[in-house]
Amino acid sequence: MTLRDAAKIIEAEILVGEDLLDQEIGSICGSDMMSEVLAFTNEHSVLLTGLCNTQVMRTADMLDLECLIFIRGKQPTPEMLQMAEDDGRVVMKTRFGMFSTCGKLYQAGAGSGCM
Amino acid sequence: MEDAIVLKYQVIDGEFQRAGEVSSDVKHKLKQMGVPANIVRKVAIAMYEGEVNMVIHANGGEITVEITPEQIKMILADVGPGIPDVEKAMTAGFSTASDATRNLGFGAGMGLPNMKKNTDSLDIETLLGEGTTITMIVKL
Ligand SMILES: Nc1ncnc2c1ncn2[C@@H]1O[C@H](COP(=O)(O)OP(=O)(O)OP(=O)(O)O)[C@@H](O)[C@H]1O
Ligand SMILES: [Mg+2]
Repeated sequence: MTLRDAAKIIEAEILVGEDLLDQEIGSICGSDMMSEVLAFTNEHSVLLTGLCNTQVMRTADMLDLECLIFIRGKQPTPEMLQMAEDDGRVVMKTRFGMFSTCGKLYQAGAGSGCM
Repeated sequence: MEDAIVLKYQVIDGEFQRAGEVSSDVKHKLKQMGVPANIVRKVAIAMYEGEVNMVIHANGGEITVEITPEQIKMILADVGPGIPDVEKAMTAGFSTASDATRNLGFGAGMGLPNMKKNTDSLDIETLLGEGTTITMIVKL
C-alpha cells in the first residue's frame, strides 16, 4: 500500500508532500503518547495521531517517519507544516477518529508490522 | 581525548514548544558528520526523551554532547527537583506527569526506559532539591 492508497481509503486531505505519495508504507502506528511512539515505531513508518502540537513534528523528525496523519480533522499550525516541509515528510488529515482510521487501513491490508 | 568534538546547549525552562530543538540539532549534525544512521537514531531518541524530561519535570538545564571516534556521550544536567526513587522512575509506565502534560502527549512513563534501551550506558546522579544529571553513552 502506498501513501496515496492510504489517503484514498481514509478520505484524507494532503497538507504537505503531494509529490511524495508514491512511497510504500512499511508499518503504521497509532498513538497520542509520543514516548510510546518513540519506543515502538520503526523508521519510514506512518504515525496516526490525535495529538496536534510541535512535539509530534519533533518525534517524527527523531524517528525519520515517512508520514503523519492527523485524525478527527485536527489541523496542524502553519509552523508545524513548515517543519514537515523542511524535513520532506508527508502530512495529511482525515475526519475519521482513531478507531475508524485504523480499521479502514487494517481492513485494506495495511496490517503487517503495525501497532 | 584531544580530538573530541564538544557541543553545548541550554535547555530553557517552561518552553515546551521548543523542547527537542537541541536533539534535532544534534541529530542533523551527527548525520552531516557521517555517523551511521542506526547510531544517529539511538542518540536522537535517547536525547529527545531526556530533553523533554528536562522541560516537563526539571526547570531546564544544560546539555553537553561529546563526540569521539569511539563513542557519543550525552550529559543532561538539570536544576530540577531531583528524582526521589530512581529505580521506580526507571520502571516502564511509572510517571508523575500531570494531566496537562499528558494532554501534550507525554507522561506514558516510557522515557527513561527508552533512554536505557537506546544507549550502551545510562547513569543517573540526582540530589533532591538540587537537580539531576543523566549521562548516556552510545558506542560507535
Ligand atoms: N530530569 C528529571 N527530573 C526530575 N524527575 C524526573 C526527571 N526525569 C524523569 N523524572 C521522573 O521520572 C518519571 C519517569 O520518567 P519517564 O521519562 O520515564 O516518564 P514520563 O516523562 O513521566 O513520561 P514519558 O517519558 O513517557 O512521556 C517522571 O514522571 C518523573 O517523575
Ligand atoms: Mg519522559
